Amino acid sequence: MKNKDTIPRQIWEFFCSVKLTVYTLVLLAVTSIIGTVVLQNGTPRQYIDIYGQGMYNLIKVFHIDDMYHAWWFLFLLALLCINIVVCSVERLSLIWKIIFPKQIRFNPDRFLRGKTKQTFVADQDADLVDAVCEKWLSKQVGPVHRQNDDSTRRMYAEKGRWTRLGVFVVHASVLLLLLGALIGAVFGFKANVRIDEGDETRTVFTAKTREPVHLDFVIRCNEFEVKFYDTGAPEEFRSNLTIIEDGDKTLTTDIRVNHPLRYKGINIFQSSYGTASPGAAVVTVADNSTGQEITRTIQVGETIPLPDDAGSFQLQGFLPHFDFRGRNMGEAFFGKVSLKGKQEFQIGLPLQFPTFDKMRKGRFSFFVKEFEKKYYTGLQVTKDPGVWYVYAGFVLMILGCWVTFFMSYQSFLITLHPLDGGRTRIHLAGRTNRSAQNLKLKLARMATHLENQFKKGY
Amino acid sequence: MNSSFALSSTTFIYGLATVFYIGSFAFKKKMLAKAGFFTLVTGFVFNTAGIGLRWVESYQMGYGHAPFSNMYESLVFFSWTMALLFIFVELKYKEQGFGVFISPLIFLAIAYASFDPGISSKINPLIPALKSNWLIAHVITCFLGYAGFAVAFGFSIIYFIKPGQPVKDAVSTRQPVKDAVSARLPAWEVIDELTYQMVVFGFLFLTIGIITGAVWANSAWGKYWSWDPKETWSLITWFVYAIFMHLRLMRGWHSRNLALVSIVGFVAVLFTYFGVNYLLSGLHSYG
Ligand code: HEM
Repeated sequence: MKNKDTIPRQIWEFFCSVKLTVYTLVLLAVTSIIGTVVLQNGTPRQYIDIYGQGMYNLIKVFHIDDMYHAWWFLFLLALLCINIVVCSVERLSLIWKIIFPKQIRFNPDRFLRGKTKQTFVADQDADLVDAVCEKWLSKQVGPVHRQNDDSTRRMYAEKGRWTRLGVFVVHASVLLLLLGALIGAVFGFKANVRIDEGDETRTVFTAKTREPVHLDFVIRCNEFEVKFYDTGAPEEFRSNLTIIEDGDKTLTTDIRVNHPLRYKGINIFQSSYGTASPGAAVVTVADNSTGQEITRTIQVGETIPLPDDAGSFQLQGFLPHFDFRGRNMGEAFFGKVSLKGKQEFQIGLPLQFPTFDKMRKGRFSFFVKEFEKKYYTGLQVTKDPGVWYVYAGFVLMILGCWVTFFMSYQSFLITLHPLDGGRTRIHLAGRTNRSAQNLKLKLARMATHLENQFKKGY
Repeated sequence: MNSSFALSSTTFIYGLATVFYIGSFAFKKKMLAKAGFFTLVTGFVFNTAGIGLRWVESYQMGYGHAPFSNMYESLVFFSWTMALLFIFVELKYKEQGFGVFISPLIFLAIAYASFDPGISSKINPLIPALKSNWLIAHVITCFLGYAGFAVAFGFSIIYFIKPGQPVKDAVSTRQPVKDAVSARLPAWEVIDELTYQMVVFGFLFLTIGIITGAVWANSAWGKYWSWDPKETWSLITWFVYAIFMHLRLMRGWHSRNLALVSIVGFVAVLFTYFGVNYLLSGLHSYG
């Protein structure tokens, strides 16, 4: 950098350097590792348990607990964007004229220096060779430009100048991707909701902060179904949903994993399921002193008197995972038994073990005979207006990479020298801005092809 | 013939090809390299048949899914993509000195799939999240990408084995020292160019692989990107190879230094593939 450069110019040059690109990419690659090793979005308790208080403070300061959204990580991404924009502006202004020249010129000396030159001699005279070569060159490559002098004729053709724009497309696609992500982060949301079969809701809760989001329509879950393979692994989760807008049933459809519902910019995905808390159960109460049994339906929260006026039982609720001395007993109801003159106590009634409460060896034992089993469906509800920018970025990135890597600017020069005896010496040379090796192979193929044509005779 | 027979044969045949290639390298016998190539192509035929049969068998079992659903299947497919790419390069560039660097990788992937007791070769039904055509596009493109990087890695280690190094950073036209070991290896320029070509191939497919993965995630979970460790590591790999390309195209890096970047990139590939599965946790339960 020269001393006379002004400060703005120096800043411009700083953002213009590929060194900056490389350093930023290295930093991004290295720091991205952190988030794959350190727990993300955990609770303070979890961090303190795993890393200790001191480390936790450090984690908080640098937002390592959500590092892909930390200010310094976003700063690196922003740096990348500025770098791309500045570089592209600078380069485009430089090479625009090269990509779209007013007139195509070529310098034969440049071709002569290349190591890829192919030479052979044809038995035909220069005029004939000239005609064949020109036809062939214009067909293979493009319009032929000429530069002849007394002894030699030169034919030049080129293709793929525009492919130099491929790199700009790739870089633009990176910007588009990040723009899409930004739009999604600002104007979109990701939320979850659980709906019991038969229930409906209009409110969902954002994944991170659990804030409620009110939708413009109501989602009702008519039915949830899970199918299993004979190996016991799940085969399919399916929710039958109805969308109700302004009181009208607008749409009823099934959603499955990988087959979401998209409705008015809101996407609804099948994400989890479970057993809904039932409202009632049919409970059998056995009086072990008399052998007498009664069976009746009890609402959750309801208290029933026990036989003989011995006390009462209240059905308190339902647990998806009943913990008994550290063991998970599965789904269970629980309730409270109050016997006259004794302290009341809680009991669990796991559904898988009907005799469980009998083993308590009390006067009364309880078990759940049946209940109406209902599922809840866990839905992920998202809105992401940025996703189309991201998808456009994807398409551009693939196209741009394709053009950049597999297409190139290639130019070819055929030089003809008339020799004694009506023969002609032919030089075939080429230049490219990309794979020289490929060009070399291509030139060899071209030369063989031409040579064979002349050998066959014209 | 069933798939498990075809795939065990494949392992054996790739092993044989590797032995031939090492023999040709050690004893400077062109014949052995030819035999190696022929054997490898035979192995590739078995490999293809094995994958095809496994596909058919999964339909016969009533599960009906493409054979890309677990670690075993992905390793078998990884061998297949590496072999495919290597055969293509051999045919296109007619160089027979490379096999010794690539064939061991092809053999190791499938051998690891067969011999590691932790990897089950059973055909299992697909869990709901994997039932998507994007799975097929995602796995095929990712593994073509990995294959490109693996072959580039094979070329890159030549720089650390072959004597007669060109001066660093410059493409040298100097031929390698014609000693016993390296006499049959091609010129540095060719190795340099081929390494680059393979990285480019890998990069394009890794890019498409990451993109198809993102589109799939968006249709299954409603998020195209969730910074899951596997996603993040594939992005890290992508960054490393993007660095590789900028160093080469804009900063004029070549040869040994650049080969080092390609090796670092391949380590990232391996970590994305194995490390994440065994050391970290996330959504991806397989390669
Ligand atoms: C990820 C963020 C990226 C950044 C920040 C970045 C930045 C840059 C910059 C600043 C340059 C030099 C300026 C120029 O010549 O236009 C450059 C050149 C280049 N970039 Fe990138 N780039 C990125 C991604 C990519 C990707 C994904 C590719 C893959 C196709 C790529 C391919 C290239 C190529 C081929 C060049 C050389 C251009 C030439 O030969 O004229 N870049 N990049």
